[in-house]
Amino acid sequence: MVRFSGVGLCYPEGRGAWALQGLDFLLPEGSFTWLLGPSGAGKTSVLGLMHLRLRPSIGRVEVLGQDPARLPRGLLPGLRRRIGVVFQDYRLLPHLSAFENVALPLRIQGVTEARLRADVTEMLRWVGLAERAEAAPAALSGGEQQRLALARAVIARPALLVADEPTGNLDAVQARRVLSLLRELHRLGTTVVVATHSEELPEEYPAPALRLEGGRLLRHG
Amino acid sequence: MARAGAALRPLRGRDPLGLRRALAGWLLPALVGAMALLAALAIAGAAGAGRLAERWEQAAAGQVIVQVPPAQAEAALARLRALPGVAEASVVAEERLRALLAPWLGEVPGLPLPVMIELRLTERAGEAALREAAAAIPGAQLERRGEAVTQALRVAEGVRGLAFVLLGIIAAVAVALVAVATRAGLAARRETITILHELGARDADIAGRFAARLALLCAGGALAGLAVALPALWLLAEAAIPVALSRPAAAADLPWAPLGLLPPAAAGIGWLTARLAVGAWLRRLP
Repeated sequence: MVRFSGVGLCYPEGRGAWALQGLDFLLPEGSFTWLLGPSGAGKTSVLGLMHLRLRPSIGRVEVLGQDPARLPRGLLPGLRRRIGVVFQDYRLLPHLSAFENVALPLRIQGVTEARLRADVTEMLRWVGLAERAEAAPAALSGGEQQRLALARAVIARPALLVADEPTGNLDAVQARRVLSLLRELHRLGTTVVVATHSEELPEEYPAPALRLEGGRLLRHG
Repeated sequence: MARAGAALRPLRGRDPLGLRRALAGWLLPALVGAMALLAALAIAGAAGAGRLAERWEQAAAGQVIVQVPPAQAEAALARLRALPGVAEASVVAEERLRALLAPWLGEVPGLPLPVMIELRLTERAGEAALREAAAAIPGAQLERRGEAVTQALRVAEGVRGLAFVLLGIIAAVAVALVAVATRAGLAARRETITILHELGARDADIAGRFAARLALLCAGGALAGLAVALPALWLLAEAAIPVALSRPAAAADLPWAPLGLLPPAAAGIGWLTARLAVGAWLRRLP
């Protein structure tokens, strides 16, 4: 469950311009939600608040039933581990192989090497990168990097998955492939929020949508 | 797929921060090695000065010369031997006295010389009793070999104090070096650290990785510095034997325990400095 109550965000640190204003919405547990809007509408900021990269300047954000602002700092990593993120620019670690990038969330959780190896291999197969396990991210194509980022985001089976333009740099075939992976994850019970400026994707997979413009919520549902 | 929400455990894996590359240079170990070399010299200097002072003090405390007129020699000798704390009392042979004076006075056979009674005292020897006994012997003069030694002891104490100050400065410089190296590592891995943080890595795990890497580099540097210092210290200890008033093996004279603590101390400085610096930086993240 994700709840925004009167949320506003201004950069930098509450002294600059308002990037988001007056956001109120509730995303139920296990839901799939499109976050729509043109570039600069505030989609990435909303996702940043959801995966705890940002803190609201005003209002209250609840993620997976917890208010991060009220959690002791020591408990925030535990909450973050339940959230998977597909960054718009992938943010893969260049010095690690594809396998090690995907393994990272499991290593952070302290999963044993034997179990981790089996899980990562299966995940790489799932996203069609089993043959590229030892490749460095720089050696992968844009589509492969996007799928690798998705694999890293879902390897620990997060309760919440936020994806920022996960099909942004892909052709139609690759985009459909990524979308089917997200739908599969949703089917398995994960709450999924996908930000996109594409109008075609929501038509292919109809689901509730939050439409943003100028940092304000235009429509919910 | 693995289940999420496992108990918080340390970040595992083979260098996910890429610190072996980000903190791979030889500069930090080389500088820490130089610091360790200086620290080893300072420690050895302090220990050597202390040991020399101790030996000089012992030697000076145990030796007293009483100068008496020849007529009083036998009575004085008997009286002094009877004093508590006098382990040995003997008259310095006239031939030896004349030989000692010859370079200054030449051969002067007729020159009357006082009798010199050399005393070796035990620790129980009372200063007051000795002075009282000397005063009771007409024409006697008491001479301790103390003044020059007292000066030397002051110098030795000064050397020790200076060595400790030097050690403090070396430790401070080492902390600064590690802090600079840590900042360089943070700058090189800022993005990686941020990603790990956002993926749920604990601050303590990330800072611990940096701390372990820097502790290793510092310990390696200190070991190398110590390896260079030891032969030099050995030679210095050999050279110091004539003024040490004794002849133990030079190796036994080296302060092995504090020298052996240098690598762990360097590792400790590296670990703690990096841990605090990275911890402070991570606390700025949301």
